[in-house]
Order: sequence, then C-alpha cells, then structure tokens
Amino acid sequence: MNDVGATSSSPTLLKVEGISKTFGELKANDSVNLDIVPGEIHALLGENGAGKSTLVKMLFGSLQPDGGTIFWKDQPVVVTNPMQARALGIGMVFQHFSLFDALTTAENIALSLDEKIAISTIAERARALGDAYGLPLDPNSVVGDLSVGERQRIEIVRCLLQKPELIILDEPTSVLTPQEAEKLFETLFQLKSEGKSILYISHRLEEVQRICDRATVLRHGKVVAHCKPSEETPSSLASMMVGADVDAVERASKEGPEGDALLEIRDLNRAAASPFAVPLTAISLAVKAGEVIGIAGVAGNGQGELFEAISGEVLQKAAGEVRLRGSDVGRLGITQRRRSGAAFVPEERLGHGAAPTMKLSENLLLSRYRTDAKAFLGSLGVIRNGAITKATKRIVEEMDVRKSAEDPEAAALSGGNLQKFIIGRELDRKPAVLVVNQPTWGVDAGAAAKIRQALIELARSGSAVLVISQDLDELFEVSDAIAVMHNGKLSVPLPIAEATYEKIGLLMGGAEPGHASHGVELGAS
Amino acid sequence: MIRVELIRRPQQSALFSALSPFIAFALTLIAGAILFWLIGKPPLPALYSYFIEPLTEIWSVHELIIKATPLILIAVGLSVCYISNNWNIGAEGQFIFGGIVGSLLPILVPGFGGPLLLPLMMIMGMIGGAAYAAIPAFLKTRFNTNEILTSLMLVYVAQLFLDWLARGVFRDPNGSGFPGSIRFPAVARLPEIAPSQGGAHLGIVFAIVAALVVWFMLRSTLKGFEVRLIGTSPRAGRFAGFSASKMAFFAFLTSGALAGLAGITEVSGAIGQLRETISPGYGFTAIIVAFLGRLNPIGIVAAGLVLALTYLGGEAAQISLGVSDKVARVFQGMLLFFVLGCDTLIHYRIRLVRRAIASALEKS
Repeated sequence: MNDVGATSSSPTLLKVEGISKTFGELKANDSVNLDIVPGEIHALLGENGAGKSTLVKMLFGSLQPDGGTIFWKDQPVVVTNPMQARALGIGMVFQHFSLFDALTTAENIALSLDEKIAISTIAERARALGDAYGLPLDPNSVVGDLSVGERQRIEIVRCLLQKPELIILDEPTSVLTPQEAEKLFETLFQLKSEGKSILYISHRLEEVQRICDRATVLRHGKVVAHCKPSEETPSSLASMMVGADVDAVERASKEGPEGDALLEIRDLNRAAASPFAVPLTAISLAVKAGEVIGIAGVAGNGQGELFEAISGEVLQKAAGEVRLRGSDVGRLGITQRRRSGAAFVPEERLGHGAAPTMKLSENLLLSRYRTDAKAFLGSLGVIRNGAITKATKRIVEEMDVRKSAEDPEAAALSGGNLQKFIIGRELDRKPAVLVVNQPTWGVDAGAAAKIRQALIELARSGSAVLVISQDLDELFEVSDAIAVMHNGKLSVPLPIAEATYEKIGLLMGGAEPGHASHGVELGAS
Repeated sequence: MIRVELIRRPQQSALFSALSPFIAFALTLIAGAILFWLIGKPPLPALYSYFIEPLTEIWSVHELIIKATPLILIAVGLSVCYISNNWNIGAEGQFIFGGIVGSLLPILVPGFGGPLLLPLMMIMGMIGGAAYAAIPAFLKTRFNTNEILTSLMLVYVAQLFLDWLARGVFRDPNGSGFPGSIRFPAVARLPEIAPSQGGAHLGIVFAIVAALVVWFMLRSTLKGFEVRLIGTSPRAGRFAGFSASKMAFFAFLTSGALAGLAGITEVSGAIGQLRETISPGYGFTAIIVAFLGRLNPIGIVAAGLVLALTYLGGEAAQISLGVSDKVARVFQGMLLFFVLGCDTLIHYRIRLVRRAIASALEKS
C-alpha cells in the first residue's frame, strides 16, 4: 500500500482505537483497543459472547463499527466489505469452512479470488505455495473426499494466495488431531519469520501460551487485559477471560460396584445415506450407570451418523442394535427413546438442537413435550405457557445463560450461551442416559468447565453419559474410558488410566482399531 | 453523510406485527391517490368511490361478505400449509371437488330432505376437498414429487371434470340444454343471515369459526407448535420427534377440507346449483389473502375483506370513474408489495447513522 507505517515511530500494522458495536441492547464491542505489529502472533482471547467474532468481522469488513477508528499502517481506513479487506492485505480463515463439497480444491480456490485466473494457473500456484509452507494439497482432489485437516489447508492456502500481511485464524485447531495441529504451528512460525502477522483466536490456553507473542483479552465486549501469554499461566489467562477463577473440572474416580449397562449398542450397521456420508460398520459399545464414555475422532468419521442412529432420528434394521435400560429400542423413534429415559444433544445448535427463529421457551418444549407432557401440556394439547416459562427461567439461571431479552429467539444468543441452554434443557430432566455430540464446541473456557462438570456429576449420580467430541483435552477431562471413531468404525474403549494422547492420536489417524485393546503394548513399544 | 441501517431486532416486534398491515394499507392509499392523479382523476373522490362507497349500502356490504367468505375459508387452510412449508397451490381444485362431492346428495337423491341434508352436504364437501388434496400429499411423501406442480396441475383436472359433469351426467334434463345441474331445493340452500337486507349466507360464520379455531390451534397447542417447528426448521422438527410426512398429510387434508367447505358453501349458498364454473379464481386469490394476512388466521379475516373490497371497488370505479376494472389488480398488487415491505419492520429496526469514520478520514 504505502510505506508510511514502516518509517514512522510506531511500526504498527493494524491499530484499532475505541471501536464499538451495539446489537439491540447488547454492547458487543465497547471501546476496544488493539494493535498488531508486523511479524507477531497475536492472540484474541475471550469467552463466547465476549465480542471476538464481532471485532474480527469489523476488521474483515463484514460488519460496520458504530464508532471508533481502524488504522492500517497508521492510516485511518473504512473497511466496507471483505473484498476491500483483502485488497488492504487482511486475510481470514473461518472456523466454519466455506467450501463446496462437490468441487475440486482448485475450483474452490478460484471461486474466492477477486481476479480472474485460469484454473490450471491457480492449481499450480496453490501447489507451489502449499509445498513452500508445509501445507501439501492436491488441487485436483474433490473437497468432499478430503479430511477436515486437508480442508483447512485449502482455506489457508486460499488465504495466502492473496498475499496478506495480516492473517486472521478463527479457532483453527478445534477440528484437528494433535499431530495435525503441530504441523499447523510450524506453518504459522514460518509465516511469522517472514514478517507476516497473525491474529489467532482460540480458547485453548495451552496453545495460546505456546505460540502467541502477545494477547488481547476481551470480556463482555471490553478489553480487560493486554498481556504476554508466556508470562502467564493457563489459569491466570482463564481468570482474565471469565473475570473469576475457573474451577478446574473435578472427576472423582468411579466408586462402588459396576453399574448396569444403560445404553448398549450391539453390532450397529448403517449404509451411507449420501455420497459424502460415512457408513457405520459393526459398532458395539456399552455405557454403564455412573460412567462417562468418550468417543474421540477427527470430524467426519461417522460421529454424526452414529449420533443420529443412537438418538433414533434414524431407525435401525434390527430392534436389538440399540438398547436402552435393558430393552430393545432399535425400531423406536426419538420420542419413545426419550421416554425410555434418554436425552440427546446434537452437534449443530441452530437448526438441529434448536429452531433459530423460535423463542427459548419454545425450544424448551422442542425436546420435552412428551417426556414432560403432564407439566407442559393441558387437555387437547394446549400448551401451558406458565409452566414452560418457569422451567426456562430455571434452566437459564442454573446454566448462567446470558441473553439480551426476556425470552429471545434462539438465534439471538451467542453460540456458547445457546449451548448452555440446550445442555441445561436436557440435564433439567435428569435423564438416565445422555448422549451428547461436541458438548463444548466453540464454547468459552468458563462455560465449558461448567458443562463438563455437569456431565460428570450427572454420571456420578447414576446416569450413563456418552460424549462424542473432537476435543481431546475435553475427553481426557471427563471420560472414564475413551473409544476412537475412524472411518465409521469404533475402537474398543481404552480405560482413562491407560489412555495417552499419543495412543488416541494414532487411533484417530487410522491405526487398526483392533490394536486399541492392546494399548499397553503399543505404548510400551 | 448519513447511512440508513437495518438493525436486526433480538426478537420480533409485537408492535409492528400489529401495525404493519395498517401502514401498508395507508401506503397503498397514498400510492393509489398518486395513481389516480396521474391519470387525471381527482384523487380523493376516486378513492372514496373505490374504498368507501361500496361500504355505504347494506346490500353491497352483503356482496362484500359473499366474496370474502370463500377467500377467508381457503386462506385459513392455506396458512397451515404454508407455515409448515407445504406449498399447496391447488386450493382452486380442492374448492371445485368440495363443490362437486357436496352437491351429490341434492343432485342424485333429489327426494332426500330434512335437517340432516345441509350438514351432510357440508361434511361431504369437506371430504371431497380433503380427498383431492390428499393426492399431492401422497405423491410428495411417497415419491418425493414437487407438490407445487402436482397440486397446480390437479386444478385443471378438477376444472375440466366439473365442466364435463355440468354439461353431461349432472345436466338438468329440464334445463333447455343449458349446462348446469338442477336448481337446489330450498332445503339444500345455506340459509341467509339477514334475508331482508342482502344475500350473505351462513358461510361467513363457518369462515370466522374456522379462523378462530385454526388461530388457537397454531398459537396455543402442541399441534400448532409442530406445524411451526417443521416449517421453520425441519431438522429440529425431526429431532423433536415430529414426522414431516404426517405433517404434509395434516396440512394438505386440513386445507383441502376447508377449501372443499368453501366450495360447497359457494354452491349451496351463493349459486344454488352446480354450474360448469363455480369459482372466479377464489383458490388462487386466497393465496394472496393468506400472505396479506401474514399467515395469521385473524389477519386473514381482515385480508379477505380487504381483497373482497378491491374487487367490489374495481367494479364501482369502472362505473363511476370510467377507469378499467384492471385497477383492482393494480391495488391488489400494491397491497401485497407494501405488506411484504412493511414486514421488514417486524424483524428489523431502521437507524440513521452519521459516519464518524468517514469524517475522520477527511480530517487526516
């Protein structure tokens, strides 16, 4: 652009002064200040709903600030759209990938470029760039066939092709295996050594400590601290984020005799429902009263399909493939499975676990109209609003759900707060079996700790809890045993005392599931 | 520099939900005045003869009610379909089949009378409409066909079938060769509400009862919750344990039954015999009514009256102003346009912002 920034006394690349943004009654950003110098990895930390996404969207031009100024190389700029942001030299890799499954890697990259370049040229450049940064990719592969890690590489290469000076990464490691995350860090260090700056959004504090030079911490839309992560501890960073000490999740070891198996899956098979779905093969698992079983795995290895099969959104061929509290439910739908004492929390919050345009109170009814029919429904199916409002309030208080109106639509809540509500909705029933897919995906540290603690307590009170997650830290925190899902197959659960990151990571990468039962030998060799 | 921003409300505005149709109507009147002024008619007297004059005489109020009755009945049923994301475009055909099946008794069993006759005719009309609506529902759930196309095409089948009946097997043998069935005896005619004043029949009572029942169902019952949930978020509906297929049948059967009831009330009340055509397109106009009433049955009652008024006003304006009766369509179009536009205010509020950043740029 120009060289003023380089020669002036303060060599900042990006400086944000007093930027504010209000949604309704909620101040998402309140006079936020931030500066990034060339060649640094700068962490943006904050709870869910703290305003990280809002800030980043304003930097990238997809939202307009209400007040305050953005300086790019010491010049005030107005970023009105993402295309302009890219022209300035700001690139972004989103948390939710924006790729078309049916197109090839090169085609996907071509779609995002502002200039018109032949596909073959793009493929060549992408391959060269990928090789240079340790992000190998095949430009001609169809995206639908790729793993999540490979998809992320496309997003990053796509971003680097624009030659950005500042790269914004939103929760990049939340979908990666530990081994894949390591490779990503190497790429980031290389970019940094070339003088490029990175704004790194994450809730994984260990990670931030390891790779980030400086950090800006947001809480309730305000900057509460600028700090050097290397001089902090994970718990001091966490308490800056939530404004109080985060309770470490406590997992008392299982006591007493083995409980009955409340959830049993016996030789569950399911054909792939679509070209990009994963078939399930011979899955067997038992979750006993009092225990939490974790299912690890890289995204897209059949976890979603397994969840649908257990919840009863998809029925099984034989009734005995899924059993709840000793009776076959394989041919029963989700409502009857709920009535057998099971509760379910799907991965997608909006559009699956909750209806975006419906109020919280209506979303409470969504999963509980039959199990709590006596409390919530009168004669002729008339809805009892009083009882539902009361229960909604109870859940909101119990789970500390933050909202900007009395009974807002689900879509008006931040992701973390909606997740707390959806989990609270099921916990409030005190279910005998809880199956939850990605319980704390994109949820801040404070809320995540609360959710995990609640899952453990539910199990210790005598329920069986099955947690499907891509977050290994989380699984090691809550589980009594961890099984790994790979390519539609499930390994034998590894007791937590025997499980290590390395063993689980290998299984996630596709080591034979059969080896899991010999985990001890594997670790020793 | 001032920029207009639309800011999403955290939840729908109850105030603007109620106000929006009125704002839209006011805007339609203003645009209508400009329209009349442009074609050289005095705007205020023109609007008066269009929107007020039809309401000044009691007999024309009855005419208004007669036209509004089928529009309201059909549109109330369609609201259930559209809210649940089932696109029934074939209410016209269901209306016709309701008229046919409801007329079977007086035409085929002319001697049958008594107090049971009318209730039986109404019930048979509802069954006829519902059965005809079940066809697109079955095709959609069983073969995944597009219900918009199937329900629409079945309208033409119904129209031709009625034409064949009225000119063929059902033709009145003493009708001098004119198409149309026998004239219904008095016992098969829906009674008029106030016979001394005009022709409005009992159908309007059915329409208002139907609107109230469906309104309560949608607002306060589990069934209504199911309708709304499946419509807005099908996957969440499945997670809740509701079946989209059963909902398709529920929505089509409900709207088919109400369209069929509208058909037989029109034949038994307003016309008095089964003719080769029994509808000037009520089934299609009702789609506009449903959206003008914003898929709320209470709003639909008002919207049905307004649309009936644009028909009457069009006729009146043709006589007193000498303008084309196509003006009625212009007004219907403007109304729909403004209502959909004003709906934005329910989800968003408007804010004017001065761009502080822009001025900062100028300073530097």
